[in-house]
Amino acid sequence: MSLQLRDLNLSVNGVTHLANINADFERGSLTAVIGRTLAGKTTLMRGIAGLQSLDRGAIQLDQQDYGRLPAWKRDIAMVYQQFINYPHLDVFENVAFPLRRKKLAEDVIGQRVRSVLDKVGLGGFEKRRPSQLSGGQQQRVALARSLARESGVLLLDEPLVNLDYKLREQMRSELRSLLAQQNQTIVIYNTTEPVEAMLLGDTVVVMHEGRILQVGTPAHVFDKPASRQVALVVNDPPMNFIQGRKTEEAIELAGGVQIALPQHLKALVPGDYWFGLRANELRLGGSELQGKVTFSEVSGSETFLYLDCVAGPLTLQVQGVHVYDIASNVAIEIPAIRLFAFEAGGEQRLVAAPATGARS
Amino acid sequence: MSRLYVFLKYLAITLWSIFVITPFLWALTTSFKTANGVTGGPTYIPWLQYEPSLHGWRSLFGGNAGGIDIVKPYIDSLIVTVSASFISIILGSLAAYGLSRFTYRAGFVKNADLIFFFISQRIMPPIVLAIPFFLMLKWLELLDSKIGLILVYVALLLPIAVWIMVDFFNNIPRQIDEMAMLDGCTPIQAFIRVILPNSVPGIIVAGMFCLIFGWNDFFFAFTLTFTDTQLLPVAVVALNSSVTPWWSLSASALISVAPLLLIAFVVERFLSHGTLAGAIR
Repeated sequence: MSLQLRDLNLSVNGVTHLANINADFERGSLTAVIGRTLAGKTTLMRGIAGLQSLDRGAIQLDQQDYGRLPAWKRDIAMVYQQFINYPHLDVFENVAFPLRRKKLAEDVIGQRVRSVLDKVGLGGFEKRRPSQLSGGQQQRVALARSLARESGVLLLDEPLVNLDYKLREQMRSELRSLLAQQNQTIVIYNTTEPVEAMLLGDTVVVMHEGRILQVGTPAHVFDKPASRQVALVVNDPPMNFIQGRKTEEAIELAGGVQIALPQHLKALVPGDYWFGLRANELRLGGSELQGKVTFSEVSGSETFLYLDCVAGPLTLQVQGVHVYDIASNVAIEIPAIRLFAFEAGGEQRLVAAPATGARS
Repeated sequence: MSRLYVFLKYLAITLWSIFVITPFLWALTTSFKTANGVTGGPTYIPWLQYEPSLHGWRSLFGGNAGGIDIVKPYIDSLIVTVSASFISIILGSLAAYGLSRFTYRAGFVKNADLIFFFISQRIMPPIVLAIPFFLMLKWLELLDSKIGLILVYVALLLPIAVWIMVDFFNNIPRQIDEMAMLDGCTPIQAFIRVILPNSVPGIIVAGMFCLIFGWNDFFFAFTLTFTDTQLLPVAVVALNSSVTPWWSLSASALISVAPLLLIAFVVERFLSHGTLAGAIR
């Protein structure tokens, strides 16, 4: 019992939107698709839903061929990034709409709608129009409508992205428990945010420029990114990359910075590499590297420092709120044990830093 | 400052209202006058300044005082205008939905060209269309008939309906149609169950314009009919024989404006309730 995507391809006016997408989704699983804007996540969902015709490829749900089935005959519910509801219907009728199309009995509809509305915390709002609700509540209505259908596939296309920060955090944890109850449904969740993907997904699919780059558990994708592009996408802020060279005794980073060779990189063949380092694993202090602050910003309870140093531009994440003057100098310590090694002339990861189990 | 602004605002509105309402007041008093009352100069107060009479009004309803029965043209006008508007709204909504949601291509002709084609029907002066319409109706043997006039009016009103409705549909997010389809509606069901109910304000506006333009048309009603069918504007003008019956003319002018006045009040009610504005965010 599963959804199978085989070799999906789409290009419009010579621009590739989807390229050789192959994936399997099991009932009761929650897959987070992570990728930057324009990575093809939404196009993929629209293709699955039948809203976007594809150049080629096969979509099957439980052995049923979906390729030629119009959207209204597919067993697929979707929640959009924008808050999309039926403006002329009240909350109850909005949620009941797909059930009425299925011609369910009136008492079944009433019971299901009320139970779903309670679940999303909108009990008592039945008679309101969508325009009388806040953005968060409107998205709850859309969510309730998609849940009430009890469809085989539930597609969530960045459902929280248009909510403010506080509300997003709150709904993220609510969604987690709501979606965990959907054990008969294939849930696919699009997001640009690593935190969301890691928190919600049983499986994480990393997409970039219409391709699937890596599939795995959140821990696997986070700890062992297959390529530099994956490391960029699944880390927020994106992973730092420094050009360098491995010799028999040490790591030489661009700009002549020498670092003692850590245990996990000893087996690496001497030569040129890209070395990756997460922003939250760089430390202030030490004497290895001097950096000049080009910009600093506070996000929540963390400070992001954008630095220029001899080894190239670096992003550094510091706990707590700090103020740094632009163009001031800071000392940076590079924890050799946290270095990832990637091909110098390509994308592939060769060695991952040992997993710490810690999550930022 | 704001007090001065309010004062000036109401002053402007008052002056404008006087400017607009005075002709109606004039027509109203004239409709109750006799020949003597009309030639006696501008007088406004009945019984004091002139002797009121129902002569003008009676003559419109088959009276024998040199008047024409205006009831039949009135009903014919209603039938033709309402039917043509109704058909235009239905066809116009469907055409507009297609133009708003789907991409058409026939050679170099694209959606924008099609929309312009519709509007271009209203750009040329009506007289350009008079002879073609005349010949077409003659060929269809529909000259001097209500059906013929309805067809011609549909051709004239459809561009208005399409134009207003395309704009309205463009403002309804496409995702709403898609959502309806994912929820099990075919495209036609999505249009009828979701898009149309959300377009009521647009339909009212388009319908209002169709009714006004149709009701006010004189030119085609005049050129395409002779004896059997006569619409209200033509009948009103026909009142004007060797001696102008100002009283009947005034009365007929007033009752021919009545339906438009009614529409204006209904739409104003909609507007003030905010159901037209901001029905959709």
